[in-house]
Amino acid sequence: MSASPTTAPRSFQDIILRLMAYWAQQGCAILQPYDMEVGAGTFHPATTLRALGGSPWAAAYVQPSRRPTDGRYGENPNRLQHYYQYQVLIKPSPSNLQALYLGSLAAIGIDATLHDIRFVEDDWESPTLGAWGLGWEIWCDGMEVSQFTYFQQVGGHDCRPVSGELTYGLERLAMYILGVDHVMDMPFNDPSAPIALTYGDVFLQTEQEYSRWNFDQANTQMLLQHFLDAEAECDRILTAPLLDGAGRAIVMAHPAYDQCIKASHLFNLLDARGVISVTERQAYIGRVRALAKRCADAFVSTSAGRSADEAGAL
Amino acid sequence: MPDLLIELFSEEIPARMQKRAAQDLKKLVTDGLVEAGLTYSAAGVFSTPRRLTLSIEGLLAQSPPQKEERKGPKTDAPQAAIDGFLRAAGVNIDELEPRDDKKGQVYFAVVSKPGRPAAAIVAEVLEGAIRTFPWPKSMRWGAGILRWVRPLHRILCLLCDEGGSEIVPLSVDHITASNITEGHRFLAPTPFSVKGFDDYSQKLARAFVVLDPETRAQSIWHDATTQAFALGLEVVEDAGLLAEVAGLVEWPVVLMGEIGIDFLALPAEVLQTSMREHQKFFSVKNPKTGRIERFITVANNAPQDGGTLILKGNQKVLSARLSDAKFFWENDLRRIQANGLEGMGAGLSAVTFHNKLGSQAERVARIATLAAHLAPMMYVDPERAILAAKVAKADLQSAMVGEFPELQGTMGSYYARVQNLPPEVAQCCKDHYAPLGPQDAVPDDALALVVGLADKIDTLTSFWAIGEKPTGSKDPFALRRATLGIIRIILTKDLHLNLRGLFTHANTLANADDLLSFFHDRLKVYLRDQGIRHDIIDACLVGVGNDDLLQVTRRAQALAAGLQTDDGENLRQAFLRANNILAQAEAKDGVEYSYGADPKFAENDIERAVFTALDHAEPLIAKAIHSQDFISSMAYMAALREPLDAFFTGLQINSDNAIIRRNRLNLLHRIRSTCGQLADLSKVVG
Repeated sequence: MSASPTTAPRSFQDIILRLMAYWAQQGCAILQPYDMEVGAGTFHPATTLRALGGSPWAAAYVQPSRRPTDGRYGENPNRLQHYYQYQVLIKPSPSNLQALYLGSLAAIGIDATLHDIRFVEDDWESPTLGAWGLGWEIWCDGMEVSQFTYFQQVGGHDCRPVSGELTYGLERLAMYILGVDHVMDMPFNDPSAPIALTYGDVFLQTEQEYSRWNFDQANTQMLLQHFLDAEAECDRILTAPLLDGAGRAIVMAHPAYDQCIKASHLFNLLDARGVISVTERQAYIGRVRALAKRCADAFVSTSAGRSADEAGAL
Repeated sequence: MPDLLIELFSEEIPARMQKRAAQDLKKLVTDGLVEAGLTYSAAGVFSTPRRLTLSIEGLLAQSPPQKEERKGPKTDAPQAAIDGFLRAAGVNIDELEPRDDKKGQVYFAVVSKPGRPAAAIVAEVLEGAIRTFPWPKSMRWGAGILRWVRPLHRILCLLCDEGGSEIVPLSVDHITASNITEGHRFLAPTPFSVKGFDDYSQKLARAFVVLDPETRAQSIWHDATTQAFALGLEVVEDAGLLAEVAGLVEWPVVLMGEIGIDFLALPAEVLQTSMREHQKFFSVKNPKTGRIERFITVANNAPQDGGTLILKGNQKVLSARLSDAKFFWENDLRRIQANGLEGMGAGLSAVTFHNKLGSQAERVARIATLAAHLAPMMYVDPERAILAAKVAKADLQSAMVGEFPELQGTMGSYYARVQNLPPEVAQCCKDHYAPLGPQDAVPDDALALVVGLADKIDTLTSFWAIGEKPTGSKDPFALRRATLGIIRIILTKDLHLNLRGLFTHANTLANADDLLSFFHDRLKVYLRDQGIRHDIIDACLVGVGNDDLLQVTRRAQALAAGLQTDDGENLRQAFLRANNILAQAEAKDGVEYSYGADPKFAENDIERAVFTALDHAEPLIAKAIHSQDFISSMAYMAALREPLDAFFTGLQINSDNAIIRRNRLNLLHRIRSTCGQLADLSKVVG
């Protein structure tokens, strides 16, 4: 499926495929991207929700991520409003996670004996998710190539056990490995393929279109209304009675969390349209955090989210 | 006597925490050992990104035995009481010692606690230290509950003497102490065992780990300066960066690279800040041109290719960073060329300074008005002061300061020069912030002083007006720093400023007296650091003119110097005697003896000598004080010592003759006011 790690990767997708193969070898479930607009791979319920509770977990996936304010109409060499993150979450964090991570760099062609790999202090915090952790940003020859975090809290809940989270910014990492200066010039598939495509062939036009929509066209009245709708729906889902019509006890943590994700992305869009003042910003972030917290509360009451003690008791 | 070696091996410890953590480890362990009776002769600590190491020499092999005496019941006490005592003390009846006491014979239990072996004590103390370690931020990992700064992997704990080394049996959660450690993550990853500190440090050195952070810093600085010197360049000193970088590497390898030609035109401060903040690079300057031409990065690896690949990567990252900086710089320059600094600053009206104090633009307007008021006092053209104040904060709206807030002022100076504003206006953009700390220099140019004082006085009076004064350790608006800045400007530049009036002029809502007393407190702290006691300053703070801090300070300096001499100290004593006698007499008689003494009622030469001395000294003192020559005024006062001493020792003030008594009390009043002109000597604590 992928080239041998001893040869240098030739394309963006080659790097993604190698990461997939590597983490599959380490025993991770290779998941697919979450089918909603999110700002980072952390928002995928496979990370946010699964970092809670006592059940072991190991998953890896690519997550398309959207940051409307970072749009540059495809002109900036390394800024995009839509980009990919590669995300790994293992719970409990294995004691050799640093070594596993370095193994993944080797798999994509970064030989640690030739480069300067550094673990530089970087504490991670997501005010919208009510989450924080300690860890590092990882530098390769002075460039940040990944984030490495030991989750301590998510949605206001202590993480027990602790998950280890790895996040790779794929475009930047790939540009470095492939020696490309502008993201749009990066080979997406094998450059010697019959139909060789660059990153620009795939995404330049969409970057232009979304940049215009994000900055100038998105209907702010509608977005505001959608934000309120998502907030209300999240609340409604979480306050629904535990038993359904047929008497089944089902907590709807995931559908509620979808609404939280929606609210978060709508906030990002409103921010890009410049209609949120500095003082309002904090209030909006607080509202999303309140949703995230309630979703986390709901999730830890489900079978997937129970603490280790409760799981043992049953 | 054994030595003790401890290494706590973990994932990467944040650079900024390493030094403190090493000290904390030393303190926790040595305090614990000593408390348990284990003294030692020397202890040293070291840190790298992955380890904290403590080496203790000459530890006692076991704690000395301790005898504990417990007093029990009387020998004739009921059996139940004696049995209870035996149980509590854990001894048999035949081990009790009957001793004579005041009330008769009493049982004593003498329990001797045997000494404990060092290993047991070390294990206890180290486990306690690990579990209670005061990290600024700590975390859990995996399924465990132990907290450390990052996951802790190994505990090396050895007691070593001539006979060999012994692992101290110790487990903290899943980690069991051993004699094993490992070297550099990439250059020597195979774990190895050690026998003692010398063996440990030698093996580490072979495994590409320089244990001592000082040694790493020195080697980085040595290699960096040597490489720069070879090209006729010099490394820009940055002690903070050096310490940080030394905490990011176990095996420092210094690499020097070039900065792309496109970026050499950027201001030196921009290059330096961008390289330091983003990349932790040192700047390398060409002393001939003053330009930053190269960078130095410190790698934690010694690859086969000599670092070519690493340098290439770093260069590329730097280019991307500097492209951003260049974009900001050029964008800002375009805005300056189109609308000037005032145009750039127009957006400040939309930026809130503080929600009760309006926008940054309103603040700038206040500073300009106050600067115009201050300008004539310092021989500065008020129009020039207004112009300088109006552009001084404009760079807060520049893209560059948005990216690098620490470049505020510096960028303004560059942009003002580009706009061809007068050189002192450009300099003022930067210098009006000074002095930023106790070490920062006070600016030279009067314009920067005027705007700087206006800025600081506006800040202080504004926050005083809304009741936001610093409390305890909370000083979110850096008002203490602003106050100290004003004090240092006044004292360095010999400025006589009527602060009370300036405060009221700046903001009528601020309580000027309260703010002034805040200044007096800061002045005391400042002068105390220069060796002047607070009571001496207190003595000089009484009376009008106490808002002229230069005068207050000079009085205090003269008084402090004068009190160092015998004459000065005796003068103080004389003043106190005069003051005490007068105060008593005035309280008793209900009058104030301020009519003036008449020499014709003087009874003898001793008394007449005082009149003569005062007649001679008073005009001299007055003249000296008027010309602010406080040292001379103090000397003239001190010269009164002899006649005054004679007066107090040779005469009875409270004479039976009422006229003579009144005259002498009036003379005391004259002595007191003459000697109190420099300061209220009653406030000086002996």
